[in-house]
Amino acid sequence: MSSRDVILGRVRRALADVSDDTPYEQAVDRSYLREHGARSVAETVDLLAENLADYRAIVHRCTADGLPAVIAGLLADRGSTSVLVPPGLDGEWLAATGVPRVPDRADSTAHELDRVDSVVTACTVAIAETGTLVLDGGPEQGRRRVTLVPDHHICVVRVPDQVVSSVPQALLRLDPTRPLTWISGPSATSDIELDRVEGVHGPRILEVVLVSGRPGAVTA
Amino acid sequence: MSGTFVGMPAFPEAAHDAVNNRTLRGNLRHATHTIRAKRAKAVAEVSDWAALREAGKQIKDHTLRHLDRYLVQLEESVTAAGGTVHWAADADEANRIVTRLVKETGETEVVKVKSMATQEIALNEALEAEGIRAYETDLAELIVQLGKDRPSHILVPAIHRNRGEIRDIFRSEMGAWGRPAPEGLTDTPAELADAARLHLREKFLRAKVGVSGANFMVAETGTLVVVESEGNGRMCLTLPETLISVVGIEKIVPTWQDLEVFLQTLPRSSTAERMNPYTSTWTGTTDGDGPRTFHLVLLDNGRTDTLADEVGRQALRCIRCSACLNVCPVYERAGGHAYGSVYPGPIGAILSPQLRGTASEIDASLPYASSLCGACYEVCPVAIDIPEVLVHLRERIVEGGPVTREGAKVVLKPAKGHAAERAAMRGARWAFSHPGALRAGQRLASRTRRFHPRTLPGPGKAWSASRDLPEVPAEPFRDWWQRTHGGKDAK
Repeated sequence: MSSRDVILGRVRRALADVSDDTPYEQAVDRSYLREHGARSVAETVDLLAENLADYRAIVHRCTADGLPAVIAGLLADRGSTSVLVPPGLDGEWLAATGVPRVPDRADSTAHELDRVDSVVTACTVAIAETGTLVLDGGPEQGRRRVTLVPDHHICVVRVPDQVVSSVPQALLRLDPTRPLTWISGPSATSDIELDRVEGVHGPRILEVVLVSGRPGAVTA
Repeated sequence: MSGTFVGMPAFPEAAHDAVNNRTLRGNLRHATHTIRAKRAKAVAEVSDWAALREAGKQIKDHTLRHLDRYLVQLEESVTAAGGTVHWAADADEANRIVTRLVKETGETEVVKVKSMATQEIALNEALEAEGIRAYETDLAELIVQLGKDRPSHILVPAIHRNRGEIRDIFRSEMGAWGRPAPEGLTDTPAELADAARLHLREKFLRAKVGVSGANFMVAETGTLVVVESEGNGRMCLTLPETLISVVGIEKIVPTWQDLEVFLQTLPRSSTAERMNPYTSTWTGTTDGDGPRTFHLVLLDNGRTDTLADEVGRQALRCIRCSACLNVCPVYERAGGHAYGSVYPGPIGAILSPQLRGTASEIDASLPYASSLCGACYEVCPVAIDIPEVLVHLRERIVEGGPVTREGAKVVLKPAKGHAAERAAMRGARWAFSHPGALRAGQRLASRTRRFHPRTLPGPGKAWSASRDLPEVPAEPFRDWWQRTHGGKDAK
């Protein structure tokens, strides 16, 4: 008998006393909240900014037209000499910087990635209540490793359309067949006397740019 | 479970040494008090905590009641997504499977994400015996591994070490495992974390095989979930060409939506954060991103035996948050090592004797490693009634009775060393069912109260050494009632 049959047989014998045929849909009381508190769209974006900052991400806000200058400034402030760019990233975002770009290539090695100073990506959804960015490996976010190995990650969030309030709302927007990375602040550890230290293995600096409006749009 | 702990003395002996270690007690007290206060604050932030806790309990209970169905569904989804599923009935089989899979890649080293399941089966030791070196990459696990030590906490395995001890371990041991500690390393947490970063990065970047556990597996989609803080998890899960995940069969949830409950309760309960810095989910393999080969090893190793126990099976709801450790007055003083298992604290006291059986001295003593204060039940995000299971296991150890071991029903003999307790209980049962004898006994006890000893003789001596014996009143309650109320209801 295979171990599969052994284990499934043991499970069935162990459950001999159980006569529960409540269907899954009725088995769980989901009276918990879909989001915590009533907030306007603007307040939700503010909460995202606040919670990101609370976990030591550095938050910047700008309009779409101002984004290239902001990114150029952030790269210059860190003294970056190379920046990794996912293939689908809007080229305009880096229009104002002269920092040499490194493409996200399938055959690049982890060692090559390790020599890159910064990475700029978009995200799929951001969760205000927890201060979380979710990346799904899409063309403007790149492979999972590109936001992991370099030390400086700049993530651009389009507000308010990419922002949700809560974890339940985020899961609805996400596709589980894609590899997902949820990021809440920079890499951190509390393993030494529970003192929080940022930047153990992942990026030590996470900068989040909240961008409102569309480029060229006239704001009233 | 782990061979690391074979021959451990019973809990009272192991704890005896720990409570006399002042450094250990200081480290533990600081850590548990800090995290328990933070956790309470994080939980208070969500107004629907009770509803989330109940939903988590119900999801897990439903899954466990239909575990066979969800296991089969999970296998189908993982396979359809490009993964390969293996089934391991016990630790040896899981270790053989992982060893074979690593050997098939031709590699002799693997990087590991912190994982309770692989600790439980002592995978590192099994790989070592086959010439494969396993590098722990979680900072705390690294400290434990370099210190040739054992983990003492589910979440922060090196909680028993302070910064000075950690610096000493890094200075003396890092060189033997790879990049040595930087010259002049001090004991500030930032410098220690940086030393670990440099030491481990060279391993991440060259690793071809990663080994992990998982916090959740979604039956519907075949998705695995790992929550972590440092990014070492992401490194191990995405940089290698081959990923092998060893996961207990109880870690299933039915649907993607169910994660909305646990991704809210787990971070707040464990590290007291709104969300842990990194959560990774993956479904099989993805072309051009992450490992090209993915193996999932489904581990039983005593879980089906636990499932067979109608009271004890609730322990399988555990999501390994470790909140129960941080509030436990016994854990705080005895430390994690005294529990002789990778699962210390209250959850360990009910999980280990069920996963391993109660044949060894340490396992038979674990259900007694508690004051039954109930704090563990209060904080449990999936509402495991740990005190109920503790009492149930104590009864089974003292009285014996039917249990399931490796899938077969066996009858457990009453444990040795509880003869006096059993005799006392038999005596009490007899007295309570003979009112005349009870009354005579009570009157005799009252009249002889001046001659009662302050401590018990014989087997009761140890019990009364740390407790005051209750004073016998001058007259039995029933006599007093008769005398003052004449047996009638008070007006």
